[in-house]
Amino acid sequence: MPTVSMKVNGQDASADVEPRTLLVQYLREHLNLTGTHVGCDTSQCGACVVHVDGRSVKSCTMLAMQAAGSEVTTIEGLAQNGELHPMQEAFKENHGLQCGFCTPGMIMSAIDLVNRHPNPDEQTVREELEGNICRCTGYHNIVKAVLDASGKMGG
Amino acid sequence: MTEGTGIGAPVRRKEDKRFITGKGRYLDDINRTGQAYAYFLRSPHAHAKINGIDVAAAKASSGVVAVLTGAELAADQIGPLICGWAITQKNGEPHNAPAHPALAVDKVRYVGDHVAIVIADSLAEAKDAAEKIEVDYQELPPVVDIASALADGAPQVHDDVAGNLCYDWELGDKAATDAAFSGAHHVAKLDLVNNRLIPNAMEPRAALADYDSGIDELTLYTTSQNPHVARLVLAAFNGIAPENKLRVIAPDVGGGFGSKIFIYAEELCCLWAARKINRPVKWTGERSESFMADAHGRDHVTTAELALDQEGKFLAMRVSTMANFGAYLSTFATAVPSYLYGTLLAGQYTTPAIYCEVKGGFTNTAPVDAYRGAGRPEATYVVERLVEVAARDMGIDPAELRKRNFVAPDAFPYQTPVIMAYDSGNYQLSLDKAMEMINASGFAQRKADSESRGKLRGLGYSAYIEACGIAPSAAVGSLGAGVGLWESGQIRFNPTGSVTIYTGSHSHGQGHETTFAQLVSDHLGVPIENIEVSHGDTGTVPFGMGTYGSRSLAVGGSAIMKAADKIVEKSKKIAAHLMEAAVEDVEHSRGVFSVAGTDKSVTIAEVAFTAYVPHNYPEGLEPGLDETAFYDPLNFTFPAGTHIAEVEIDPATGVVEVADWAAVDDFGNIINPMIVEGQVHGGIAQGVGQALLENTVYDKETGQLVTGSYMDYCMPRADDLPSFKVETTNTPCPHNPLGVKGCGEAGAIAAPAALMNAITNALGKEIDMPATPEKVWQAAQTAQAAE
Repeated sequence: MPTVSMKVNGQDASADVEPRTLLVQYLREHLNLTGTHVGCDTSQCGACVVHVDGRSVKSCTMLAMQAAGSEVTTIEGLAQNGELHPMQEAFKENHGLQCGFCTPGMIMSAIDLVNRHPNPDEQTVREELEGNICRCTGYHNIVKAVLDASGKMGG
Repeated sequence: MTEGTGIGAPVRRKEDKRFITGKGRYLDDINRTGQAYAYFLRSPHAHAKINGIDVAAAKASSGVVAVLTGAELAADQIGPLICGWAITQKNGEPHNAPAHPALAVDKVRYVGDHVAIVIADSLAEAKDAAEKIEVDYQELPPVVDIASALADGAPQVHDDVAGNLCYDWELGDKAATDAAFSGAHHVAKLDLVNNRLIPNAMEPRAALADYDSGIDELTLYTTSQNPHVARLVLAAFNGIAPENKLRVIAPDVGGGFGSKIFIYAEELCCLWAARKINRPVKWTGERSESFMADAHGRDHVTTAELALDQEGKFLAMRVSTMANFGAYLSTFATAVPSYLYGTLLAGQYTTPAIYCEVKGGFTNTAPVDAYRGAGRPEATYVVERLVEVAARDMGIDPAELRKRNFVAPDAFPYQTPVIMAYDSGNYQLSLDKAMEMINASGFAQRKADSESRGKLRGLGYSAYIEACGIAPSAAVGSLGAGVGLWESGQIRFNPTGSVTIYTGSHSHGQGHETTFAQLVSDHLGVPIENIEVSHGDTGTVPFGMGTYGSRSLAVGGSAIMKAADKIVEKSKKIAAHLMEAAVEDVEHSRGVFSVAGTDKSVTIAEVAFTAYVPHNYPEGLEPGLDETAFYDPLNFTFPAGTHIAEVEIDPATGVVEVADWAAVDDFGNIINPMIVEGQVHGGIAQGVGQALLENTVYDKETGQLVTGSYMDYCMPRADDLPSFKVETTNTPCPHNPLGVKGCGEAGAIAAPAALMNAITNALGKEIDMPATPEKVWQAAQTAQAAE
């Protein structure tokens, strides 16, 4: 089995995995980073979104080997020194989550969205979140949270 | 809005931190040392006879621990799966209940039906081995839709159920209803289909069974809304283990919407296998399995008629429904299109005579059971679409027609002709408020604006009612329920004054850890950060009926309040002793015990400490401060309100844009308005999904599930929905200690009718859900051609 190494949440990670191992399996099963979720088998729900070299990626669509040498950030790596990321804070403050299962992927997508569209309007947020499915919130408070965080992430 | 953390304050959720930092503990995040992985071989056919299953090659496959089939399950006397609600038919006979083996024995009856369980050291090995199982199928013709299944000559799903009929049930006074129709000024009529939905909680179902041979005890981690009910059924009916030797834990559960109430084949088989191989067995469902084999929702075909007098007063209603149960009866399937449906057909109106008949039957499709609203969305959809048709027929404004027929605010408790006694409400208040929020009086202008741009515009009302907190136990028992429907609550003070609340209800997104903590904090004066809420583990919670039917606060919250009363009662005795006062002179307010007319007081923290360190303590009083209460409600609660949807339709493309949404819901008293609004948003989104996007399609010829993935089954995305205007009215429930009614399902109940009434208002033509662009375009073309 090949050894796959990458930097995950600022730490060096390495594991011997089967070549067919998906990035999400590498994170969940080999690094025990279970905050990244699997909600479907067709790469549509977005529960597994992480950042690979700063861009959001559905980690169920990428082989771990493809991410070798990359810098990966998962939901567990967002808070710094106990300080929540403004997007995490905004999801809590705006009740942007209920069951919490889609939340990690939603937050990771939302951060990338705001990085690319620093001051998005509501329609942009709604369109950009098209790849993340939430069954609980009706998206109302997720959209509110993203708009709120975008103000705080500015610059 | 209330400040702080008390009742009425929008307290931010205590549970959120773990979810936003990736520290939630969902089922697939849990592993046991030495666990093996289960994979289910499922039927690729909708209907086939099994002539034989050859598992030899699979058993010899790499890493395989066991391959088990229905024959071994039967030999071990495990199962079958049960349906827990007995329905008495028109003719007095019980409903037809064919056997539901957890693993198929002689026949498979739907695509996804369970044929064998393969257990291996890794999931990949289990899947590889499953491909080596040889099943000798003899295909049979399937039947997938209910009308065909109940017709003469249909394929027989079960040999022992003639005509595929589970039951032919009725409710109401047929003679009185028919008489009212014969004298009516006008009869409005509507044929409709309530489309089949797939619940799609974002966390797929999963199970991890662990057997401890040292104490002969099984532990099941499962994605359940009601772990105690699961334990009860698995122990009492499925032969898994005695109740005292089975622990069921439902950890963080990623959404339920009804689909995680039921006791399914997978968890049963994992438990059985774990003991057999003496190793933990884990199964995590894939989304495609959720589509195929989670219990689906709705699937009714209905004809409904409303009789009116000259003034538009409703005289009678007549409803005939065919309900599709799928291939087998799921855990509570029989109750959904009967007692959770027919009993709500009065809606918010004074209709004096109602008659409803329901034929429930079997098809070669996945089992159908409760999905968010469970029978009540189907009822509201019938009533509110029909009222809209009547308004159009008679040329009466739809809001005005509703107002003429509402149960008046002073008429409560209101006895309907279909069993229910409504508790409280003010229906016109909600309607008026919703009309104001959506600026109904400005609609004509907006419609003209749309028309000037070549668009169609419609406004649709839904004055819904629902019944929450299904109860009381004796009443539901008399209607056929196999369980009681009370709830337990326990408040345990620790010696240092902090508190753990144990509840028999289960949170899978509803925010119980916050709402229940708010209740106790407000009532007993304990800072909310010093309160934990524990749920979902039969090893720690006394007992519980779980969470469904928007019951958690009205029933579970009331149990906690009863426990709080017991805490106060005992604390008064301790406080009286500490203050050297008579118990009757001690007053309690938010955790402070004082003696009237003096400056003496002690806090509940001091009382708790004294209770656990009883050096200076009332004689004869038990130490400790830990009280449990069980609460069996006196009645259902009846949340009601009005949702108004406004749509703009492009007749050139058939695309429906939801332009605006106003929701006014009467949930009685509200503990946490932020959480309540979130529940309403989510419910509306599911209702909009049903009305616009979602539909479950089985191929008529082959019985294959056509909509078996997110590529084929259209889930609502963020850009399909608007932001919602949500407000409440508040007539307290008079029969529970909190005055609360329940908010979990209202949106899903109200929304489909509001949206379809808006769409049909715009089109001037009736169509069925989902209002896909193609269907709307067709309707727009024929409507234009007719002009």
